[in-house]
Amino acid sequence: MTDVAEPLRAGAIGPSHWDDLSIRVRRSAEFVAIPLFALVVSALLFSVFLFALGKSPLDFYSLVYRGGFGTAFSLQNTFQRSAPLILTALAVAVPARIGLVIIGGEGALVLGGFASAAIAIPLVLGKLPPIPTLLIMAVVGSFVGAVWIGIVGYLRYARGVNETISSLLMTYIGIAIMNFFVEGSLRDLTNPNKPSTMPIGDAYMIGKIPGTDVHWGLAVGIVLAILLHILLTRTTFGFAVRVSGGNPRAALAQGLPVGKLIVICCMIAGACAGLAGFFEVAAIQGRANASLAAGYGFTGILVAFLARHNPVAIIPVAILFGGIVASGGLIQRRMDLPDATVLVLQGLTFVVLLMSETLYGRFKIFQVKAAADRT
Amino acid sequence: MELLRINRRTFLQGSAAALVGTGATVGIAHAADVTLGIVYVGPRDDFGWNQAHAVAVKSLKTLPGVKTVEEENVPETDACSKTMESMVNLDGANIILGTSFGYFDPFMVDLAKKYAKVEFRHAAPLWDAKKHPKNLGSYFGYLNQAHYVDGVAAGLSTKSNKLGFVAAKPIASVLSNINSFMLGAKKTNPKAVVQVIFTGDWSLPVREAEAANALVDAGCDVITCHVDGPKVVIETAEKRGVKTCGHNASQAPLAPKGFITGAEYKWETIYKGYATDLAAGKALPNMVSGGYEGDMVQNSPFGAGCTPEGKKAAEAAIADLKAKKPIYVGPLKDNKGKVVIDKTYDNLDPYLDQMNYLLEGVVGSIT
Repeated sequence: MTDVAEPLRAGAIGPSHWDDLSIRVRRSAEFVAIPLFALVVSALLFSVFLFALGKSPLDFYSLVYRGGFGTAFSLQNTFQRSAPLILTALAVAVPARIGLVIIGGEGALVLGGFASAAIAIPLVLGKLPPIPTLLIMAVVGSFVGAVWIGIVGYLRYARGVNETISSLLMTYIGIAIMNFFVEGSLRDLTNPNKPSTMPIGDAYMIGKIPGTDVHWGLAVGIVLAILLHILLTRTTFGFAVRVSGGNPRAALAQGLPVGKLIVICCMIAGACAGLAGFFEVAAIQGRANASLAAGYGFTGILVAFLARHNPVAIIPVAILFGGIVASGGLIQRRMDLPDATVLVLQGLTFVVLLMSETLYGRFKIFQVKAAADRT
Repeated sequence: MELLRINRRTFLQGSAAALVGTGATVGIAHAADVTLGIVYVGPRDDFGWNQAHAVAVKSLKTLPGVKTVEEENVPETDACSKTMESMVNLDGANIILGTSFGYFDPFMVDLAKKYAKVEFRHAAPLWDAKKHPKNLGSYFGYLNQAHYVDGVAAGLSTKSNKLGFVAAKPIASVLSNINSFMLGAKKTNPKAVVQVIFTGDWSLPVREAEAANALVDAGCDVITCHVDGPKVVIETAEKRGVKTCGHNASQAPLAPKGFITGAEYKWETIYKGYATDLAAGKALPNMVSGGYEGDMVQNSPFGAGCTPEGKKAAEAAIADLKAKKPIYVGPLKDNKGKVVIDKTYDNLDPYLDQMNYLLEGVVGSIT
């Protein structure tokens, strides 16, 4: 492609159409090839680990395939597990675009879920129809999540508090707040052994996507990922966010409202996580209790980093992760390996992926721009 | 139901067309065999609740025609229903055991409706004939009886007459274990008092260690507990050089010097019952529960911390419990002086399941 692009560029007054396309194809190729390479390397490393345990890697990967993707049942299992991951990964990816590492999505998820379950109590008792009830629950859940992570963003901007630490610590505060109400004033006394809020009841539960076993959270997550991608790459807001993320001082010098942008990005993130909490309540648990803190917020961090904070890339990565987790059970049962095996695979993948970051820009084949600049 | 499944399959065929063939080869167990699937919320080797179940499942592996499939660290979300469905669909399980409280409602209730031919049993007394499907049920053990035996042995193994109890939450089953432990200790040692500290949650290792240390500092020379994983409490106490009684599973290996005995479930009895009933084609009971009289609880082998007199008294107490001799001999007062147990109650009396008090002899408060 370079052969075509170079003479064209040399002769053209402005950047030509072909040149532009070539650059974009090669750039995206880099973003696909390097993570794929990292995945293959981690799979090979993990095979060594399996050999050390005396197990066959081939069996392992065929079980991952069968348990995660190989049958209609497995695929649905995978999709169901990836649904909350898309939303919690978005909660990491959006602030990452403005240079913030937020790892407190779990807290926003828990509080968002709790808030939507709490607001549902008077609505359900007041016999409001399900659809407006669910809408109000969703809005309240995402709003509470937005405020929660918004606080993190504000503290970062106004007081210089490290957002990674504060968001993580606030997760524990969030879980404690939920426990305080769930074990106290909002406790459903008909359920003496596991403190929970009052169940919203079957009539108020969000159904499954027709013909599947997967709840609507998956569809909403996918749509939201695409919308956020457009917002971040195709709008002035997105441009301002990227500029602020790249060089906050330069952005300030250009008159960009960096502080506002930081808080808005954090609020979007919190809203995504809060929405994940809403779906956990409205589609799965039917009530808020300690089961809300199931770790989706933390797995989302991994998914977002694997997807390099690209909202659209989050979708396949979340599905891949959902598949690995879904197959974890079959691996335990068939290969007699402990549950932590899948965690080892996840951890290896994460480390290799982080190391692969250093590979970007080192392969000539992807460096269209450099080649073009030479002419 | 069959139709529905075909629909779903066709729906996904776009993405899975080539793969469905592979899926069909997944082995489904022979109809006459029993495949028992069991799901744990934590690791199988936690020296606690999950291990107690895993030990019982292991004992089933020797039974002919019984296959077991296990999965650990399954959270109380829809992940647990997917795990159970996967056991039914991919492993051909005909009975599913859920061992964590939060698996029951809504997950196991929904699954029992969806898979009417599969039996579902859950390890807490939640099944209600009026509300829940017939292929669902509950099982549990009266562990307080084994805690009573712990108390009997501890009463004769203490020197300071102060016994410490690290407890998770002040709910009925925990309170019943504390009160029974105290009554056992009082039986052999009228001077004994039990001091309790509530940590507030099922698994808070740091606070459990703090509580164990605080009890030792307060002069207790025997420590026991009711938390999810007793490992931290037992190890901390052993390090401090005091004696221990276990909970849920055997912690004897953790305390070679100070272990007295421990309260253990004997899920084996219940699981073997399920497996043999299923193999014989008999209907499974919906509710199974019991204590020593039903061989559903047991005590860990006596350790180095137990005195010979303690061991003798404990063995006599076990014989009494097997003969259904009551633990709660009324009238008994709570530790604020109010009579809460007006008469003698049978060991399995539902009145005792509603316990919301600490009896006289226990130092501590539930609020």
